[in-house]
Amino acid sequence: MENQTTLETAKKLGLLESEFDTIKTILNRVPNFTELSIYSVMWSEHCSYKNSIKWLKTLPKEGSRILAKAGEENAGLVDIGEGLACAFKIESHNHPSAVEPYQGAATGVGGINRDIFTMGARPIAQLNSLRFGNLDKEKNKWLLRGVVKGIGDYGNAFGIPTVGGEVFFDDCFNQNPLVNAMSVGIVKVGETISATSYGSGNLVFIVGSSTGKDGIHGATFASADITENSAEDLPAVQVGDPFQEKLLLEATLEVIKTGAVIGMQDMGAAGIICSTSEMSAKGKHGMNINLDLVPTRQKDMKPFEILLSESQERMLIVVEKGKEDLVKNVFDKWDLNCKQIGEVIEGDFLNFFSNGELVANVPADSLVLGGGAPVYEREYSEPEYFKKNQKFDINEIPIPNDLIDVAKNIISSLNISSKKWISNQYDSMVGTANMSSNNPSDAAIVNLKGTNRALALSVDCNSRYVYSNPEVGCAIAVAEAARNIVCSGGQPLAVTNCLNFGNPYNPEVYWQFVGAIKGMSNACTALETPVTGGNVSFYNQYTEGGETKPVFPTPTIGMLGILEDKSQQIPLSFQNDKDKIYILGDLIDDINSSEYVYSYHGLKNSPAPFFDIQQEIKLHKTISLLNSKNLISSCHDISDGGLFTTLCEMAFLKNFGFEIKYLPKIRIDSFLFGESQSRAVLAVSYEKESEFLTCIKNCNLSYQLLGDVKFDESIYIDDVNFGTISSYYNLYQNKIPHLMNS
Amino acid sequence: MKTGVVIFPGSNCDQDMIYVVGKIMGQEVVELWHKDNDLQNCDVIILPGGFSYGDYLRSGAIARFSPIMEEVIKFANAGGIVFGVCNGFQVLCESHLLPGALLKNNNNKFICENVYIKSQTSNSILTNLVDLDKALKIPIAHGEGRFYCDDTTLKDLNNSSQILFRYCNKQGDINELSNPNGSIENIAGICNFNRNVFGMMPHPERAADEELFNTDGKSLFASLYSKVLA
Repeated sequence: MENQTTLETAKKLGLLESEFDTIKTILNRVPNFTELSIYSVMWSEHCSYKNSIKWLKTLPKEGSRILAKAGEENAGLVDIGEGLACAFKIESHNHPSAVEPYQGAATGVGGINRDIFTMGARPIAQLNSLRFGNLDKEKNKWLLRGVVKGIGDYGNAFGIPTVGGEVFFDDCFNQNPLVNAMSVGIVKVGETISATSYGSGNLVFIVGSSTGKDGIHGATFASADITENSAEDLPAVQVGDPFQEKLLLEATLEVIKTGAVIGMQDMGAAGIICSTSEMSAKGKHGMNINLDLVPTRQKDMKPFEILLSESQERMLIVVEKGKEDLVKNVFDKWDLNCKQIGEVIEGDFLNFFSNGELVANVPADSLVLGGGAPVYEREYSEPEYFKKNQKFDINEIPIPNDLIDVAKNIISSLNISSKKWISNQYDSMVGTANMSSNNPSDAAIVNLKGTNRALALSVDCNSRYVYSNPEVGCAIAVAEAARNIVCSGGQPLAVTNCLNFGNPYNPEVYWQFVGAIKGMSNACTALETPVTGGNVSFYNQYTEGGETKPVFPTPTIGMLGILEDKSQQIPLSFQNDKDKIYILGDLIDDINSSEYVYSYHGLKNSPAPFFDIQQEIKLHKTISLLNSKNLISSCHDISDGGLFTTLCEMAFLKNFGFEIKYLPKIRIDSFLFGESQSRAVLAVSYEKESEFLTCIKNCNLSYQLLGDVKFDESIYIDDVNFGTISSYYNLYQNKIPHLMNS
Repeated sequence: MKTGVVIFPGSNCDQDMIYVVGKIMGQEVVELWHKDNDLQNCDVIILPGGFSYGDYLRSGAIARFSPIMEEVIKFANAGGIVFGVCNGFQVLCESHLLPGALLKNNNNKFICENVYIKSQTSNSILTNLVDLDKALKIPIAHGEGRFYCDDTTLKDLNNSSQILFRYCNKQGDINELSNPNGSIENIAGICNFNRNVFGMMPHPERAADEELFNTDGKSLFASLYSKVLA
C-alpha cells in the first residue's frame, strides 16, 4: 500500500480532525492517500448529507402511492395508476455552473436524467429552477447565456422535452447562481432496477464513457465555499456528452430487459467509489475491483483519480454470472464501452487493485449515508434581519398616485416579465407529449400516451419569501406547487426538493435551513404530498465589501401531480369574450415581500406574505370540485406580481382585454399587486355562471365577482383605462431580450 | 404500403414519427437501424429529427456515410419516396439528395417554438391536400435550420416549384419578421427536382395529435399517404 497520511493531508481534502480520527478507528490503522481521498468525497456534504440528514429525516415520506421512499433508491417512485410508476428527482449543479456555466449546467441535466433511467424509467420530461444576479452585470449575462445553452444543448440532443421551470433574479446570486435540474420518468410497476449488489461471484461492469481526469474531487468542491478563487478549481468541473447519454439511456433500458442485471447505479458525484460503495452497502456484500481494467481517456491515471473521477455518462452494473454476453451484446449494439472490472464477494469490504497491488481496502458501509458516514447536529440561531422584517408596517407605505405606472413597472420587472428568451432555447415538444405547448396551464401537463392520464408537473420556490421567513416561505413553495397542479386540473401526489442554502456552519444559515424543513414538513403533511427525495446544496454565498453572505435560502420544490382524466386539464388563458372573472380566496391587506414592495418601493425587509394552509386546502378542494363539474373556462393562481399580473397573463395568449371592479375592502395597491397566498382567478362562461354560484356557495371559501373578459384588448379597472393588453405584452416580452442584446 | 423510419443512434424524434404514422395515420411502419443495409421493402422512407451521430461536427455530416443511408440514397435515386424532417432534412442535404444547406440560425441560438408556414405548391406528394391559403401552425426545434443555397440553385428551386413551404406569420404574410431563423426567402421546406425527396425543418409530426391541441401538420401526412396509396 501507499504511504500513510497525516492530519494535514486530511484537512487539505476537506476532512475534519474528528473525521480523520474516526477513519483511523474504522480501519484500525492510518489510511493511505487513496483511502483518505475516498473518505473525503464520500463524507463530503454532497454525498453524505452529514449536516442535513438529521433534519431531512423529519420530512413526511409515507404515502399510499409511494413505491420507493426517500433514500431508498436514486429517485423517488410513485404509483400513478394503470400499472405505471413515475420516478422523479431534482438536483443542483450550482458550484460547477458558477465557474463554468455551460458544462456545469449541461452535466447537471445529464446527471439527473441518469438518476432516473438507472432505475429503469424512461425520462419523459425535464424541468429546471434557476437563480441569477441582476442582468445589468455582464458577468450575470454570461452566466445566464452559458447555463441556458448548457441545459438546452444537453437536453435537446438527449431528446427529452423541457416542459417547465422557473427563473428568479436577485443581487444575492451575483457570484453564485443556482442551477437545479429535475427529471421525470415512467416505468411499468415492477420493472424497476435497484441500485444494489449481491451474490458472491456476480460480475461488476463499467459501461458508457471512458474515465478521465474531469471532476476529480467534484463532490468535495461542491461542498466548499464558492469564492473568487473557485475558477482555479476548474478541473473539478465535469464535461458532458449528450450523445453518449442518449446511447447510454437506450442501452440501459434495453439491458434491463435481458434479465441479466442484478443492480445498477449511475456514476455521478464521487464516481466509481460512490457507486461501488452504495450498491455494496445496500446489498450487504463486498467487491474486488481491478482499476487497471477501467477504460480511461488518459494514460497513467492514479488509482485515486480513477476512483474519484466524475466523468459523465457512465454506469456501474452488477451482472448475474453467466449472463455477461447478454449484457455485452446490448452495449456492442450501441457502440458503448462495456468492461468487466471486478466481482462481488462475501463480506462488506471493497478491495481496489492496481498493478497487482491492493491500493485501497475499506468497508463499504463505513462510507455511506445511513452507514458509517458522520451525522452532525448543527447549531442555529435567529438572525437579526428576521426581527427587522416583523417591524414592517404597510401604513408607512404611501399608495402611489399613478397605478398605471406601477402596473407597467411590475409587468416589465425582471422577475415578472416573460422568460421566453430562456425557454425557447429548450426543446419543449420532443416526445410529442407536452399538452401545455398549445394550451398552457399553471403546471406543465405531460400526456401519458395510450392511457387516459396525464402528469402535472411544477417547480416552485420564491427565494425572497423564504428569506423573509424560512418556515412560512418554504410552506408557500409547497403550497404554490400544489396550487399550480390543482389550477391545471390535477391532483398533487408527491414532492422532490433541492435545498440550496449557504454555509451550514453559520448558525444563521442553519436557522434558515431548519425553518425551511419545518415549513416543508407541515405543508407536505397537510397537502398529503410526501417527500420522495432530493438533494442538498450548501455553501452558496457571495462576498460583498469583504463580507461573506449567504444567497437567499432556496428550497426548490418539484411536485408531481396527476390528471386521472386528461380531458380535465384547465387552461390558464382566457378562452371566451364575456366570461365572468372571479377571484377565489380572502382579500387581505398584504403587500409583504411582493415584487411591488421589494422592487417598486425598494423595501428589502418585510415578512413573508400571508399564508394559511387551511385556506389553501379549501381553495384546492373548491377548484377541483368546480372542475369536476366542468364549470371553469380558465384558471390561474395569484402569485408573483399579484392580481394584475395574473389577469394579464390570462389575457396575453389570445389577446383579450378585461374590465374589473376594485373591491375597496383593502388598499388598491394590495388589491392589484399584493401577493397574499391561497388565491386564484377563475373565468366562468356566462351560461355556467348560475351553476357555478350554486356550487361555490357551499364551499365555505370567499369569492368575489371581479368583472368580465373583453373581446377588445382594453384593460379597465374601475372605469380607469389602463391601456391595451398588447402594450403590456410588449413590456412583458421585451425585457429580457432587450437586456441580453444590449 | 409500408413506411420505414430510420433510427440513427442520436435520433430522438423517431418514436414521435412512428406514433403519428402508425397510430394516427394507421399505416404499417417499421424501424430501420442505421447499421443495417436493408430497407425491408418499404415504400416510404422517413428520416426523423434528432442529432444523428451527436452532430458535433455539422448536423447530418456523418449520417450520410452510414450503411442505411447508402441504401436510402440508392432508393431515392431510383425514384423512391424519402421524407426528412429537421435533422432528417439536414442529412438529406449533406447526402446531396436535396440542394442547399442548413446553417446556424441567424440568432446563433437553438429555437423551439410554434411558427407558421404556408404551402407553396399543391404539386407534390407531401402537399397535394394542403390548403395553399392557410398558415399552418407547426413547431420548429433546431439550432441549425437556416436554409441557404447559391443564387442559381435558388432560381432553379423557384422555377421548378421545388419550394414546398415558406415561414409566414399567423395571418399568412411571408416577410422578414415571420422568418424565425434567417432562411433564404423564408424557405422552410423543399423537394428535389424529381419530386420524390422532401425535406423540411418544422416538425409536422408534432402537430398531428388532437390530444396536443394542434393538428395543422396532419394534412401533410394525409397528402403523403393519399398519393402514395393512389
